[in-house]
Amino acid sequence: MPSVIIDNIEAVPGLIQRLYTISERHLLDGILSSIDNSVMRTKRQLITIYKLVALISENLLCRQTVKRPPIKIQGQRRAFSITSPLNQELRPPTEKDEELSVDALGRPTKKTNLYTAINQAMDIALATDPKALLFGEDVAFGGVFRCSTGLREKHGADRVFNTPLCEQGIAGFAIGVAAQGHTAIAEIQFADYIFPAFDQIVNEAAKYRYRSGNQFDVGGLTFRAPYGAVGHGGLYHSQSPEAYFCHTPGLKVVVPRSPVQAKGLLLASIRDPNPVIFLEPKWLYRSSIEEVPIEDYEIPLGEAEVIRNGEHVTIVGWGAQLLVLEQAIQMAEEKLGITCELIDMKTLLPLDIDTVVKSVKKTGKLLISHEAPKTGGLAGEIACAVQERAFLHLEAPIKRVTGYDTPFPLVFERFYFPDALKNYEAIKELIEY
Amino acid sequence: MMGLRSLRTIQTIQPRRSFATAAEPQKVAEKAKKKDKFTIGKDGTITVEFGVNPFRGHKLEPPPAVATTTKEELLNFFKQMTLWRRVEVAADNLYKAKQIRGFLHLYNGQEAIVAGYESVLNKDDHVITAYRCHANFMGRGGTPFEVISELTGKATGCASGKGGSMHMYKRDTNFHGGNGIVGAQVPIGAGAAFGLKYNGKPNVCIAMYGDGAANQGQNFEAFNMAALWKLPVIFVCENNKYGMGTSAERAAANTEYFTRGDAVPGLKIDAMNVLSVKSGFAFAKEWALTKGPILVEAETYRYMGHSMSDPGLAYRTRDEVAAIRAERDPIDKVKLYLLENQLATEEELKEHEKEIKRTVDEAVKKAADAPLPEAKELYTDIYTDMPYYVRHTNIEDSLVVEK
Ligand SMILES: Cc1ncc(C[n+]2csc(CCOP(=O)(O)OP(=O)(O)O)c2C)c(N)n1
Ligand SMILES: [Mg+2]
Repeated sequence: MPSVIIDNIEAVPGLIQRLYTISERHLLDGILSSIDNSVMRTKRQLITIYKLVALISENLLCRQTVKRPPIKIQGQRRAFSITSPLNQELRPPTEKDEELSVDALGRPTKKTNLYTAINQAMDIALATDPKALLFGEDVAFGGVFRCSTGLREKHGADRVFNTPLCEQGIAGFAIGVAAQGHTAIAEIQFADYIFPAFDQIVNEAAKYRYRSGNQFDVGGLTFRAPYGAVGHGGLYHSQSPEAYFCHTPGLKVVVPRSPVQAKGLLLASIRDPNPVIFLEPKWLYRSSIEEVPIEDYEIPLGEAEVIRNGEHVTIVGWGAQLLVLEQAIQMAEEKLGITCELIDMKTLLPLDIDTVVKSVKKTGKLLISHEAPKTGGLAGEIACAVQERAFLHLEAPIKRVTGYDTPFPLVFERFYFPDALKNYEAIKELIEY
Repeated sequence: MMGLRSLRTIQTIQPRRSFATAAEPQKVAEKAKKKDKFTIGKDGTITVEFGVNPFRGHKLEPPPAVATTTKEELLNFFKQMTLWRRVEVAADNLYKAKQIRGFLHLYNGQEAIVAGYESVLNKDDHVITAYRCHANFMGRGGTPFEVISELTGKATGCASGKGGSMHMYKRDTNFHGGNGIVGAQVPIGAGAAFGLKYNGKPNVCIAMYGDGAANQGQNFEAFNMAALWKLPVIFVCENNKYGMGTSAERAAANTEYFTRGDAVPGLKIDAMNVLSVKSGFAFAKEWALTKGPILVEAETYRYMGHSMSDPGLAYRTRDEVAAIRAERDPIDKVKLYLLENQLATEEELKEHEKEIKRTVDEAVKKAADAPLPEAKELYTDIYTDMPYYVRHTNIEDSLVVEK
């Protein structure tokens, strides 16, 4: 399901007014396509919208009586992503909420960095699901990136605990626990260390449901692991292993780009009835700060998001690479006088190719960028899937700007890295093609 | 929820937090009372009878609690260990000055292990270890300059600047590094030992891992293969009491690491004393060559944090670290042997220390001036031949090196 994009925040109250009074499906469809040109197809999506409408209008009502800082709209093009809110109780604001802002949906928010957003998601998951467990190397002490700080104290040492240093064991254990109906959140300290667990994930977790004819499953399983470059990580603290897992039917693979996304996507991953590999951009743990809704919310899996609208080139990325792409786009828009459409894939398995194809049909040009090496990387898969469906719309060969086909280098990280300049050059070549 | 309940019982047994034996001051004091007995023979051979037995055996009779050495060897131990520690101090400073990037794990406190095993191995024996590998490399003949160069990513480094802190290698003396993935080196060590045996070499392979790594499954696979094929391998568990922030007791149901080899017999050694390490490894090498694999638990202690991002005090007390430094430091131990038996004077040792500091300072200076690897090195050594293309970060400097 593509998420709903509202480009123009001023239009929201009017839209709500209309949506609120409308209960006919066809009319709602009409309104919806006026929001983001995407067509609603399923009943679930409709329900989501109804809930959304109710939440927004209630929020708008209650906001009138409360003094809160105005909604900040960052930049003209900034799109607001609306995701299915859970049935959260709207409560009268307390004094403590004074430092809070509200987002486009009227949800109370707080300035939060990425690792704290992850922490909140796990906190909520543990609080709302008595069968949820969190474990991994040193997680009871907060983990090396502080993602699980305070969770053992809050939820108990029987639910948040350290494992020995044994990734294959951790993965197998997590699978067994999940097969017993538990919600297992297993942390692998660095994505580089997930390979000792690879067998369990690929051969056991991914095939558990299929091979038992649906008698057993490990749907409650989520593996979290920090991935990607940090500027100086060297060979074993920098890798992006997403493509290995995307080659494995039965898994889902999710990568968030920001704190808001991380919290919503992680909650959705934990609650998704399939095993999920959730790769966290460790470069952003501290550096990415956003107004993050305090409440429990999910961002649906399997949906890409257009995070910047444009006419001339479609640019696809995920996770921390989106920041690099934003820079490249700014450069391109300034120097070349063009506009680019930026898409965050969010879920890498299954891929939401619809969203990319729709954009490519508009722009005719596609660039895909990731940190992992080029050969066998996910960009190849996306490129192929797009040309299958939009061949005649393509006006230039699809470009991939990725890491080199080398191990992740130590001193040469800056050469290896698919930085803004390399992406800018590729955009330029696409434009000039 | 049965599952939750049974987990609760596991998790609520909170193991003791502190260092198992050595940190308890009383015991340390008791040990200190039973002094080692030093006898210097006419030919200069020194025999040391340990006051406290440094050995424990598992499925084997441990060697007698004695060691032999010489004045020269003791002095050499002192110089080696002081040098290695000095290099770590320099690395520490360089890291803080942002000259070393990435991950840096220091060996301070554990030097006696390398000094001890190197005194009984020759350079045809093989060594493989994990990421805490600077001293191991220098023990195999590597120089401080090569270490510092590698740490700072220079072309003059022991892996041409391509590996960094966790990856020191030395082909000519059979040092296989340098592994970032915890536990991965242990079966590799078994394979290397097979190679030695197959080729009829009178040599062993030492495969080292930590107390944390001891819980990785591949160790047990390696132990079994080694026992099955009677491989000349010495598995060495460096028990420094912690794997990152987790104490041994919190991570392992059985912290008697020397007993965890099943069919592989074990020997536990007090590895804060280079002489007991020496005797223990002499025994272990003989065993490995004649009988097959043996598992040595080297009981030691890490002074610094796990890596540079760990101050090392969140999971243990300052007193614990201080007590071990004060009572059991391996360099102090040798120093004491030398001074108490009038084998060296305070001034002499000071002079050596100064000389060593000078050597390391020079290495740091020289490494600072050393060149970075050429850009094409990004692409070399992946396959035997590989075309490469390196685009620099800015267009002006950018060159297609070759295609
Ligand atoms: C497969 C794998 N998992 C996790 C890590 C992260 N890690 C590096 S060292 C370490 C602790 C190892 O402790 P120990 O084996 O006792 O060795 P020590 O650091 O004490 O020398 C951990 C968890 C890693 N490098 N590789
Ligand atoms: Mg250890």
